[in-house]
Amino acid sequence: MYKVIERRMIVPNLHEFTVEAPAVAESAKPGNFIIVRPDQYGERIPLSVADWDRDTGTVTTIFMQVGGSTARLARLKPGDTIPTFVGPLGKETVIDRFGTVLCVGGCYGIGSIYPIARALKQAGNKVYTLLEARSSFLLYWEDKLAKVSDRTFVITRDGTKGRKGHIDKIPEIMQRAGITPNLVIVNGCTFQMMRVSMITKPLAWKTIVNMNPIMIDGTGMCGVCRLSVGGKTKFACVDGPDFDGHEIDWEEFLARRKSYNPEEVDPLRSSSCRSHY
Amino acid sequence: MADEKPEKKKIDLSRRAMPKQNPWERIKNFDEVALGYRIQTAVEEASRCLQCKKPLCNQGCPVGINIPGFIKHIVEGDYASGVRKIKETNALPAICGRVCPQEEQCEKTCVLGKKEAPIAIGRLERFLADWEAAEGKIEVPPMAAKTGKKVAIVGAGPAGITVANDLIILGHDVTIFEALHECGGVLIYGIPEFRLPKAIVNREVEYVKSLGVKIFRDFVVGKTKTVDRLLEEFDAIFVGSGAGLPWFMEIPGENLNGVYSANEYLTRVNLMKGFRFPEFKTPVKRPSRVAVVGGGNVAMDSARTAIRLGADEVHLVYRRSKAELPARAEEVENAEEEGVILDILTLPVRLIGDEHRWVREIECLKMELGEPDASGRRRPIPIEGSNFRMAFDAVVMAIGNSPNPLIPMTTPGLEINKKGGIVTNPETARSSRPNIWAGGDIVRGAATVISAMGDGRIAAASMHKYLMNQE
Repeated sequence: MYKVIERRMIVPNLHEFTVEAPAVAESAKPGNFIIVRPDQYGERIPLSVADWDRDTGTVTTIFMQVGGSTARLARLKPGDTIPTFVGPLGKETVIDRFGTVLCVGGCYGIGSIYPIARALKQAGNKVYTLLEARSSFLLYWEDKLAKVSDRTFVITRDGTKGRKGHIDKIPEIMQRAGITPNLVIVNGCTFQMMRVSMITKPLAWKTIVNMNPIMIDGTGMCGVCRLSVGGKTKFACVDGPDFDGHEIDWEEFLARRKSYNPEEVDPLRSSSCRSHY
Repeated sequence: MADEKPEKKKIDLSRRAMPKQNPWERIKNFDEVALGYRIQTAVEEASRCLQCKKPLCNQGCPVGINIPGFIKHIVEGDYASGVRKIKETNALPAICGRVCPQEEQCEKTCVLGKKEAPIAIGRLERFLADWEAAEGKIEVPPMAAKTGKKVAIVGAGPAGITVANDLIILGHDVTIFEALHECGGVLIYGIPEFRLPKAIVNREVEYVKSLGVKIFRDFVVGKTKTVDRLLEEFDAIFVGSGAGLPWFMEIPGENLNGVYSANEYLTRVNLMKGFRFPEFKTPVKRPSRVAVVGGGNVAMDSARTAIRLGADEVHLVYRRSKAELPARAEEVENAEEEGVILDILTLPVRLIGDEHRWVREIECLKMELGEPDASGRRRPIPIEGSNFRMAFDAVVMAIGNSPNPLIPMTTPGLEINKKGGIVTNPETARSSRPNIWAGGDIVRGAATVISAMGDGRIAAASMHKYLMNQE
């Protein structure tokens, strides 16, 4: 059993979740994920690592409450225990001296881009961080990210902070700041990663995305996390989760991710009344 | 029970049948299909054994069980001794009695088989194991004095459990690291409840724990800690990390929604208990028309699972003829009894989806058999222009898998073969690195439970020699 150290909603629907798992903390690297089961009946769900502390043996993730399993994670309190917290899984994000790197984060990815930005900075890169949210009240960890970035940019849909608009504003923002990244790394919802990849492709900015398919074992056995990259089938849990965003078949990926949407939401219904569907 | 000196009697050729759940009942539940011998039937069946002076059955067993030895104890009504006799060489009789392909191994060489039907060795093995469990008194074998040597085992599947059992009895300190949240490997995630109840697997795991084996679950060797990190603490390692990525046919449409690998499909149902959704939270789809591609035991398990999940029609799509089906004859028979339709000599060439990217149809080619190929089976040849389509809303690909990639990817200096498996010396199960042994699917790709256990037995003997500095 793994002890929950912290579970708090940091912005609406997004939870910061810290668990005592010394062996995982010891080996965690940027870009890895863990698999968690909220209770003995629970699904195995993958969450990207957002931070870790080797001294206290804890690992932090950020998750969004979307379906039944994340709803149960969201009810955990410090001191509770969970049966499974296994990892770190997947290949880590490649950290090297690339020059100028743009780290893009959205949703839970604002959390998981943090250790990536930190490692890139330590490796001697110029690190620019760009966060996107619907509104300013959905942003978090800006101070943490600012400390490991040369400069931070923000886009909000409603313009309550930073540039008003969509993620599509990236080229314009970069141009105004006089930045041409050697590498773009995106952690966030599928749609955001897809949009960034589509925008950077004509600009020939190499773009790495941290994919988030449905998984079960997460150790290269079941094959549910497969996706097409450059026309070849890859398995996100062992070949990724980082892939070249310009090579991914995004339509296929989006469809596969949605394949259990009805079952994900069904357990949340507390009424059988048709009109509540 | 037999007399002291039985009169020379006529050989009883009629092999005793084992009761099964009726097909029309069992397709509505996940309970075990085969119900096991009662005492009376077991003794009758055991009494058929000729007690050959030079038995051939033993040679067919990958772990070398003294078969006439344990059968004799059944005839004598001394079941406890029978159990002891099996456990001299097999730690998992309740499992092997159920899932071993006896007709390809011990029973194949039984002399009685030449006359009519071989002794039902598997059923008798199962009988003894179940008898012991029902008695509730599981005997612990004599344990050697502690050697002070520490062994790590990667994976709590059949290979790993066998190694753990053998080495703890020999006095070594044994720790198993299991990646999943439950122990048993393929016995838990792969083989369905109706063929191997999970309570039996858990019982066997509890047994090796009772011998003093330590087990850490949720620990992915290669990721949580590498093999080399473990070697700082342990004197030797056995890698039994099992199956890896499922194979697909590499035809268009395999990434459509509704197309599953057998590993995924069975894991959802068995390990995650999706058949009890929403009580257990991992969903599994319940489509009405299911195609399973492949012809092995995993394909049969998938097809029979689909039937139990309420499918109206389940087809097994296989490119050769019925005679070449690699699955056990018993499983094919069970599948057919349960209503699985065999589409033999049929090769899928394309999966066709709808506008939401859900699979709707399979396009197939009709095949005919040509000359025997490298496997000795007649080669299936596509018939030009025989393309046809069948409507399905789910397709399960059960055509095999490669060895798990995690340890090969993270262990430098380990020799790996072209298929991604760890290369071992077949006589010792030792890898190219002197303190690493390996066995089961990580070496063989997709193999059987008993061959994994056979590898485990060989590895344990070799590891013991190494640990005791006898080489």
